[in-house]
Formats: sequence, structure tokens, C-alpha cells
Amino acid sequence: MTETTAPDTAFSPPTRFAVPGRIAVSNRTAALWQTATLTEIRRETPVVSTFRFAVPGWAGHLPGQHLMLRLTAGDGYTAQRHYSLASPPDDAGHIELTLDHVEGGEVSGWFHTEARPGDQVEVRGPLSGFFAWPGDRPALLIGAGSGVVPLMSMLRHHRRRALNVPLRLLVSARGPEELIYAAEYGAETTAVFTRRAPEGMPVGRLSAAHVARVVAERPTGGWEAYVCGSNAFAEHASRLLVAAGQPVDRIRIERFG
Amino acid sequence: MNVTRGFTGRPRVHHPGLPPGQYDAGDDWPVLSAEVTPDLAPADWTFRIDGLVAEPRSWDWDEAHALPASVYEGDIHCVTSWSKFGVRFGGVSLDAFWDAVRPDASATHVVAYAHSGYTTNLPLADLTGGRAWIAWEYDGEPLAAEHGGPARLLVPHLYFWKSAKWIAGLRLLDHDEPGFWEQNGYHARGNPWEEQRYSGD
Ligand SMILES: Cc1cc2nc3c(=O)[nH]c(=O)nc-3n(C[C@H](O)[C@H](O)[C@H](O)COP(=O)(O)OP(=O)(O)OC[C@H]3O[C@@H](n4cnc5c(N)ncnc54)[C@H](O)[C@@H]3O)c2cc1C
Repeated sequence: MTETTAPDTAFSPPTRFAVPGRIAVSNRTAALWQTATLTEIRRETPVVSTFRFAVPGWAGHLPGQHLMLRLTAGDGYTAQRHYSLASPPDDAGHIELTLDHVEGGEVSGWFHTEARPGDQVEVRGPLSGFFAWPGDRPALLIGAGSGVVPLMSMLRHHRRRALNVPLRLLVSARGPEELIYAAEYGAETTAVFTRRAPEGMPVGRLSAAHVARVVAERPTGGWEAYVCGSNAFAEHASRLLVAAGQPVDRIRIERFG
Repeated sequence: MNVTRGFTGRPRVHHPGLPPGQYDAGDDWPVLSAEVTPDLAPADWTFRIDGLVAEPRSWDWDEAHALPASVYEGDIHCVTSWSKFGVRFGGVSLDAFWDAVRPDASATHVVAYAHSGYTTNLPLADLTGGRAWIAWEYDGEPLAAEHGGPARLLVPHLYFWKSAKWIAGLRLLDHDEPGFWEQNGYHARGNPWEEQRYSGD
């Protein structure tokens, strides 16, 4: 080994990446396609369902990670998309995905119109350690639409393990009937409705006040913020976080495109 | 082959420019950065090349714009499986920068780093010979901040995570050193035609 390859001489840029990866992922599991067998479909909202799969060789994951899913047509054509894992880690041999039915969508369309228990698809993962939350730091979670999926994995993990570390969730939906996992939220969650709200609740987008209120709690060790949703929502929410004083190097963003 | 029951896929014409496992995103241009979009004005942008070069140096916005203009017209491919055909970026070929700094014969790899701190690694050979650019225009307009404006690296023959947004510099090394996504399980090179998505592909 020459000196230049020694780890302590590794290049570190004059700027430091604001959001270092947290979890080393296993390259071996990330490269492997595995068969996932659909065991159950649960409706969440009129356009969103949760799909439960048996994946016997699943190596486990951390809340916040996603996978790559592949469908293959008879002529060999394949379609692959990324989906966040909705289930918590402690669900041996099983994983759950929650899919929005995208209008005209090739993969989500198959799931919502064709898929039934017993069907098999292929998955590889878990992928990316950077959005993962092992349950160690106070977590400030902000999601919109299906962007709440990886955050729900974190919330479920927090509950199952009865973690003491603070966790807050701000979730945005167009209306109450479009709020995914509505029955599962507790005192840690604030729902924001952008088009139609239940009696007595305001209608409007996620605001500086919502974000500032949570940021101001200042838990010991500081918040690690996780933002997930469409790009437009991610831009909006991350700007509100920065404006509320959340350090940029403690904001992780997963954009669904 | 594991055929998915009932899946036919959307009617398709085979596009010879579409690498395996990719789909045509049409007019969409998804945004997939991990960090807060930096607020970086052209006046504050700088670009530096150092490491194994004869003459390390930096350029500011005006100095970089004084170099000969160069355009990329062609396709781009993101590892999340969308591709975009017939895009047009304006900027400067990296060759113009190489002429100025003169890479050492010992240089084999590059770490590209962004003003946000993002890093990605590339073989030097992928950044020479008119195949890489510093780009600041898209479709004749200034490159939008969420797509890496004021300026990004552009290496269109590799998956797009290699084309570091908000490019701040390149450091030449005599060995390969994984960048941000590469440390997170992504492939060291990322050739879309060989589907080099994850480490191990
Ligand atoms: C890290 C990550 C995690 C994600 N997690 C989730 C998740 O947990 N849940 C979730 O629901 N989504 C998630 N997504 C989004 C997901 O990957 C897909 O983008 C989404 O399901 C749409 O895929 P699709 O095949 O159904 O639609 P696509 O076929 O990709 O179509 C998307 C849109 O483009 C239009 N379109 C594209 N091509 C054509 C064409 N040739 N002809 C006509 N129309 C076209 C469609 O009409 C539609 O409006 C995630 C994305 C990322 C990057």
C-alpha cells in the first residue's frame, strides 16, 4: 500500500457534505434481486394501498431506507422503480410498501389494478443509508402525500421499540380522506390539510409557524430532520426548516422525483 | 426471467438511445438531491482544480465564462431509472480547464465536490476527450438552482449522480476514492449501458 491510499490521507473537500451518510449499507444485499411474494393488500385511502410481501431472504433494513422494485413483462421488458419501506425493521421475512396510484403510472398502475396475493415481483435492497434513522437522535419528520411512507417506518420503529428519544411528525395531505395511515397517528403528529379540512381545522399549506413550533422544542442533542415528498414540497419544507434555525447539515431530504 | 403475471408494460416503441432498465421521462425532469438546495449566486460561485496537476487554479464566474463556449446536445440517464432525450446544456468543455491545469501523468481518478459538500468519484478518462462539461445553461436559460445552478458538472455518458450539482471543484488523485453515493452502496463508475447501478453490479 502506498501512502496516498492510506485512509487518513483520503481527500476531504474544502466544503464538507452537509448530510453525511449515516449507515453503511451492505453492497452484497444491495446487488441481489430477490423474489417478493405478495401476501396482503390493505387500502389506505381511495388512491393509496399498502402491499405486504414475504421476502424470506430479506436482510433487514433501517427505517427510512428504500428498495428497487422490478416488474417483467412476457417479452422481457422490465420496469423498475424505487419505493420506500413502510414497515419497521422487526417484521421478520416481511416488508410492506405503500403505493400511490399515479395516474397513467406503469408500475403503480399494475399494483392498483392487477396485483393480487400470490403474485411475485422482484426487489433489491435495502438501498441508501443516508435517509435511514436508527432511532438514536431526536427525529423531526416532515412528509407530504406518499412522502409519509418512510417516516411511518420510523414512527412504527419508535413505537415498537418504545424509544424515549423525541419524535415529531408533520404530515401534509390534501384532505382528511387522503391522509395515509390516518388511524395510526398519535400525539406526536400534526396533520396539515391543504384543500379540505375537518370541522374546526384550518385549510392551508405547511407554514413557518408549524415548523418553528417543533424546532423550538430543542431536544437534547438537537433535531435530525427528515423531509420526504415531491420536489416542490421538499423545497418548501426544507426552506421553512432553515428559516426556523434548523442547521442545513441536520436536514436530510428524500425527493420522490 | 421472472415474468410478472398480468404485467405488459405501457405500449412502447423501442428507442435505441434508452439504456436497459430505463424509461423515457418525456418532459419531466425529476429532482433528486439529498441536501437543501444551496442559495448560491453566480457572483459567489468558484470552481477549482487541484491535486495531481501542474498548475492548480480557480476560476470565478467571469473567468470561467471567458473560456470557449461549448454545448452538449444529447441524452441523460438517472440511476432512479428515468432518461431524458435531446436535452441541451450550455457551458464549457472540461478540456478547456484541463489545458489550463495540465494533469499529471500519474493522475487516474478525480473527486468532484460541490459547494454543498456533496462528492462523487470518476475515472479521469471519463472527464477528457470532449465528454464532460461545466454547464450553466439549460435550453438557453440559466440552469435552475434545483438542477445545480448556477453551475454543475455534466458527464452525460454516466448515470446522472456523477454530474455533481453546484460544482465547486475537482481534485485529481492517483487512486479511486468513493464519493457520497458510492459510500452509500452505489457503483464506482455508473455506466448506464452496463447498468452499473449499485456496487457489485
Ligand atoms: C427514493 C424514492 C422512494 C419512493 N417511494 C415511494 C413510495 O413509498 N410510494 C410511492 O407511491 N412512490 C414512491 N416513489 C415514486 C415511485 O418510484 C414512482 O415514481 C411512482 O410509483 C410512479 O411510477 P409509475 O411506474 O406508477 O408511473 P410512471 O409510469 O413512471 O409514470 C409517472 C407519470 O409520468 C407519466 N408518464 C411517464 N411516461 C409515460 C408514457 N410513456 N406515456 C404516458 N405517460 C407517461 C404518467 O402518466 C405518470 O403521470 C419513490 C421514488 C423514489 C425516488
